[in-house]
Amino acid sequence: MNEVLARGADRKHDDDALPEKDGADAQSHENAPAHQSKRHDSAHLHVAGRAPYTDDLPEPPGTLHAYLGLSTIANGRIESIDLEAVRAQPDVEAVITADDLGHNDASAWQIGDEPFLTSGKVGFLGQPVFMVVATSRNAARRACRHAKIAYAEDTPILDVDQAREAGGRTVIDGMTLERGDADAALANAPRTLSGTMLIGGQDHFYLEGQIAFAVPGEDGTMIVYSSTQHPSETQMLVAHALHRPAAMVTLEVRRMGGAFGGKESQANLFAALAAFAADRLGAPVKIRPDRDDDMVATGKRHDFRADYEIGFDDEGGIHGVKFTYAARCGFSADLSGPVTDRALFHCDNTYYWPAVKAVSQPLFTNTVSNTAFRGFGGPQGMVGAERVIEEVAFATGLDPLEVRRRNFYGEGERNLTPYHQTVEDFVLPRIVDELLESSDYEARRQAIRQTNRDANGFKRRGIALTPVKFGISFTASHLNQAGALVHIYTDGSIHLNHGGTEMGQGLNTKVAQVVAAVFGVPLEQVRITATSTGKVPNTSATAASSGADLNGMAAKLAAETIRQRLVDFAVAEHGVPAEQVVFRDGQVQIGNREVGFAELVEEAYTARISLSSTGYYRTPKIHWDRASGRGHPFYYFAYGAAVSEVEIDTLTGEYTVERVDILHETGNSLNPAIDIGQIEGGFAQGMGWLTTEELVWDEKGRLLTHAPSTYKIPLASDMPRQFNVALAEWSRAHEPTVFRSKAVGEPPFMLAISVLHALSDAVASVADYTICPRLDAPATPEHILMTIERLRADSKTAN
Amino acid sequence: MTANAPDPSDSALPPPIRRTMRFLLNDRPVFLDRVAPDDTLLDFLRIEKRLTGTKEGCAEGDCGACTVLLGTLDAQGRLHYRSANACIVLMGMIDGAHIVTVEHLSPRGGPLHPIQQAMVDHHGSQCGFCTPGFVMSLYGLLMRQPTPDRLAVERALQGNLCRCTGYAPIVRAALSVAALSGTDDPVLAERPTVTKRLAEWRDGSRLEVSGHEAASGNAEPGGATILPSDVPYEGDVSESEGASDNRILRPASVADLARLFEDNPAGRIVAGATDVGLWVTKFMRDVGPLIPIGHLDELRGVEESDGALRIGANVSYTDALDALAERIPAFAPLLWRIGGNQIRNMGTIGGNIANGSPIGDMPPPLIALGAMLHLRKGDARRDLPLEDFFIEYGKQDRWDGEFVEALSVPLPSPDAKIAFHKISKRRDEDITACLGAFHLMLTDDGTVDTIRIAYGGMAGVPKRASAVEKALIGRPWTEDAVESALAAFEEDFTPLSDMRASADYRMLVARNLLRRFFADTQDDPIQTEAAQ
Ligand SMILES: Cc1cc2nc3c(=O)[nH]c(=O)nc-3n(C[C@@H](O)[C@@H](O)[C@H](O)COP(=O)(O)OP(=O)(O)OC[C@H]3O[C@@H](n4cnc5c(N)ncnc54)[C@H](O)[C@@H]3O)c2cc1C
Ligand code: FES
Ligand code: FES
Repeated sequence: MNEVLARGADRKHDDDALPEKDGADAQSHENAPAHQSKRHDSAHLHVAGRAPYTDDLPEPPGTLHAYLGLSTIANGRIESIDLEAVRAQPDVEAVITADDLGHNDASAWQIGDEPFLTSGKVGFLGQPVFMVVATSRNAARRACRHAKIAYAEDTPILDVDQAREAGGRTVIDGMTLERGDADAALANAPRTLSGTMLIGGQDHFYLEGQIAFAVPGEDGTMIVYSSTQHPSETQMLVAHALHRPAAMVTLEVRRMGGAFGGKESQANLFAALAAFAADRLGAPVKIRPDRDDDMVATGKRHDFRADYEIGFDDEGGIHGVKFTYAARCGFSADLSGPVTDRALFHCDNTYYWPAVKAVSQPLFTNTVSNTAFRGFGGPQGMVGAERVIEEVAFATGLDPLEVRRRNFYGEGERNLTPYHQTVEDFVLPRIVDELLESSDYEARRQAIRQTNRDANGFKRRGIALTPVKFGISFTASHLNQAGALVHIYTDGSIHLNHGGTEMGQGLNTKVAQVVAAVFGVPLEQVRITATSTGKVPNTSATAASSGADLNGMAAKLAAETIRQRLVDFAVAEHGVPAEQVVFRDGQVQIGNREVGFAELVEEAYTARISLSSTGYYRTPKIHWDRASGRGHPFYYFAYGAAVSEVEIDTLTGEYTVERVDILHETGNSLNPAIDIGQIEGGFAQGMGWLTTEELVWDEKGRLLTHAPSTYKIPLASDMPRQFNVALAEWSRAHEPTVFRSKAVGEPPFMLAISVLHALSDAVASVADYTICPRLDAPATPEHILMTIERLRADSKTAN
Repeated sequence: MTANAPDPSDSALPPPIRRTMRFLLNDRPVFLDRVAPDDTLLDFLRIEKRLTGTKEGCAEGDCGACTVLLGTLDAQGRLHYRSANACIVLMGMIDGAHIVTVEHLSPRGGPLHPIQQAMVDHHGSQCGFCTPGFVMSLYGLLMRQPTPDRLAVERALQGNLCRCTGYAPIVRAALSVAALSGTDDPVLAERPTVTKRLAEWRDGSRLEVSGHEAASGNAEPGGATILPSDVPYEGDVSESEGASDNRILRPASVADLARLFEDNPAGRIVAGATDVGLWVTKFMRDVGPLIPIGHLDELRGVEESDGALRIGANVSYTDALDALAERIPAFAPLLWRIGGNQIRNMGTIGGNIANGSPIGDMPPPLIALGAMLHLRKGDARRDLPLEDFFIEYGKQDRWDGEFVEALSVPLPSPDAKIAFHKISKRRDEDITACLGAFHLMLTDDGTVDTIRIAYGGMAGVPKRASAVEKALIGRPWTEDAVESALAAFEEDFTPLSDMRASADYRMLVARNLLRRFFADTQDDPIQTEAAQ
């Protein structure tokens, strides 16, 4: 069965509108070209190799290239740095160390725990120590190898267990979520069990690595082209590094070659150092580490150890749960606080825990400082919740799906999360019911159990359904704001700018669709321009799946401001009521008269009406108090579910993913094709995280998997043989989001948890489903085979 | 022309020497007087020519963002295009070739090429950074196979990573493109002129060029950048001391190669550069004087005589899929799991052997089949059993100035049971954690007459499982015999733990592969994992 099916995505033509459903949004029938499967705005450039990324920008004559020298120990102090030989290399223009820098602080919160370049303490192997600037990148890179650095080396703390043994120092305070009395619930529950799950980290493996290109301007100003998800923060760090006001620094991002969270804080160091060198040398400076250095020196998804205790009954009802989520955070805080918080926010997934206590431990280790990555701790939290379900299923002998449904959040009751926010939009049961039907789950599960029991070969199959509920909003409430800038020129063409960044997710396309919808013009009339801190200031990172929600709304407000002016003008000019001014199909209906959009704009200009506006949006309703663990951190939740079927080879541990069915909701989708793309891509990335993507460090703290030769992300041939992806077309956001759409960037990543559970189901067959496999992640072939061996040994001793 | 045909230019006279390198880049000829051994095609395209559509994602041949097409004439003068990773193609290798980059597929502002249009229509790009590489890989596929099925598409894309899309829309796009025609395809349209130009350039000359002043000479080891420890096996590090020799010496013929290499034993032969290219991009090693040999068609033949297949050193994995797998079908599933398509197009069997890696995929099967290696130095030739070539980790039985000319594989009996099983973390485009190669002959009554078993990834060299073989020979081929032979693995191997696998897993899986082989022999014919 070699078909790829994607219902809803196979729209070849741009003008294929989704059929409009019941009017949750009164205006929705007028919202074209929103809700249509428009292609990515740069697609025609991508395919032709004509979409410039930072490294493709023309280099002014005299451009210099920087390269970083990295530490070769994981823990200790630098005793001496001798860079004479580096300086003596051909084409080297400058060598820069911590001593040259004034403001030497790259830490995300400016708490001073992460220097740009270190001169004293070494926190991890691969930490930047010095920078070489030369006339070519090759020369700079080669020159780095001539450094002589002496270290006083200490034993590194490399993982969660070592960190706990060493006293459990944290990089930032942990958090506790508590509702009800979990201890009492455990004590009173008919049955209890406890266990541990190890959850691996993940490298972003954005195809375009970190890069920044700083071009000095007049009078101490600086333009930096950077592959960053957070231009405003990068701008501030550049300004700090230069000791200049932020107003003298402009950050510009046209597009990134992937980011996934890996360029939320990690891009700052490169941009700041490039700018520092450019300022010092009075020449443009570009910095681009090679893939190995990128993987060694920049942060990744946190790996976790989740310890759990469960109180439950024989019917699969869960009475109480206690969790400790300990994370390897690395040598500095970076974003580890909010990441580990978000793990706790998802320790419930779609389940109501009657009594719960969840504690996070963001532990200090001598490894690279872990950072944001699609899901931002949420996936790790959710994997813990699903393990709890699985444990109860094996303990009770019930179908895991039965246990899941028994513990789902309720409607109007049993709907309070561990952080005391009420779940008001729980559409999951409908999704699960529809998916069970479309995937034929029950029959396939029966058949698999039967064939596994009858099988005398070495292959076994497994199947699992796992659900997703993901909270949308930055949990630091103040970040939930955005700005946009819209100009209309007198020929009717529209210039759009907003604070979000384009990293492949189609944000620019969606926001342009929204603006085109407001003016009732074809999408082509809206020109998207590079994100620039000079146009929209003080923006939040494009992260937390919020890009379209926030920036789409800000752009909508900006466009509506101008539209209102045009309406007012038309009303004044033509004496019709405002309701009779309608923007549609590039035309404006003014009473009985119809004029072209450009015509009206030209008239408005002549009448001295402003054709430019900013827009500003902040998410309503949300608040969060970390200290008390209570609040309403999420504006809404996004839901989905997946059924995966796998086949494992019990001799080698190798496996294939045979079939995956996904039903996911994105509200009234702004662009179904782009949303399907996010689901397919997010699923693939999640599958990689839980299967073949394994980060391995040696005992010295050296990352051994720092290139695609050793770090294996999924290939086309790893994708499910049959892959059915559908949007829940009935879905509408219950809050007034932009055209009632829902965020899509992160939630689908976690649909891949179904693959881990299907693998676990297949593994469980070797002990006739009597033992919970406790399959940790990533489930590499080696890990699968070793788990099979353990289960076989355990079932022998049990008999 | 075949590997053991008499060398046409086997004369005492050295060929004429040319000091300007020449090749076609898209629609233009390029002439270069200065080229360094470690200049890569990708840097040339991006930095010199500012053809920035070709991307760098890894600089080690693993991601495919840099995929270009390489057009060359075969021995019969026919023009063939294959995809290659520009990041590890060294400039010295492309003399006389046609390089096609993504920019060539569609005119600026003009209509897109049908493959590009399909990628747009099916939403096949998100961030777009991988996209030009995918377009070029699909282009290479459609040139060979006008209407590929899904399996062919997946195989063609094994060497291309995409982190955004999950591949589904790319596969949909690939399956939707109609067969290419000269009207919308520039390369098809240019074929005659390109063929003519490349043929004119085949003038039997030797190319000698050198680079600019060496940028830095030999780097001192132990510096501050991290030396990758995953060593895409560095090969024999017999580096010349002192100042680097930045000449490129491109022989006109095999005879010329023999002469050149004997005179310049410190020279670095490069065939497909799928190992050597990484020494340059990852370790910044000196590779001069560079002796490119990939163009020598005389080393590219596969020929049957006296019950053996003689395989030229330059036979690529892609070539082998036709010529070798046809005669010995067990090779097919293994070859499809070596590298990605770009690597299979460039990487050679001779290079895989000469490189001496314990995790190269060709030696264990070839050893199991009893292959002989044919070495040549100047006019002197010697043969030795392949397994004797690998002395210890990093050390092979190859003299200075000696090169691999070919190897001979005795054609197995039709009754032989043969299987090659590769274990890796990811199924495709991954380096072996453990590879077992099995070659069994039973007597009429079902006892083991001969069995040759060789493993990769289990020791410092590709190695026979001699103790296991001994435990099986003369015994009936039964599950009991196999189970009792498993203990002998301890005698043969003490594998290591690394980032690819633990020692325990290697040992367990090595044993299980013998079990798998036994099970497979119970149903005839042997089904390897080819059954996809
Ligand atoms: C992304 C990637 C994936 C890979 N996957 C696999 C895999 O799955 N399995 C696997 O086995 N390998 C794999 N490899 C390595 C494999 O491609 C090489 O071992 C290849 O076979 C070497 O051939 P080459 O022609 O490219 O050799 P080169 O790189 O040109 O040369 C390699 C060495 O052999 C020497 N040499 C070459 N030809 C001769 C000759 N005729 N006589 C004497 N010396 C010679 C060179 O001097 C050099 O020392 C992979 C490599 C990459 C980059
Ligand atoms: S850049 Fe990754 S294969 Fe060449
Ligand atoms: S589209 Fe981003 S890596 Fe493929």
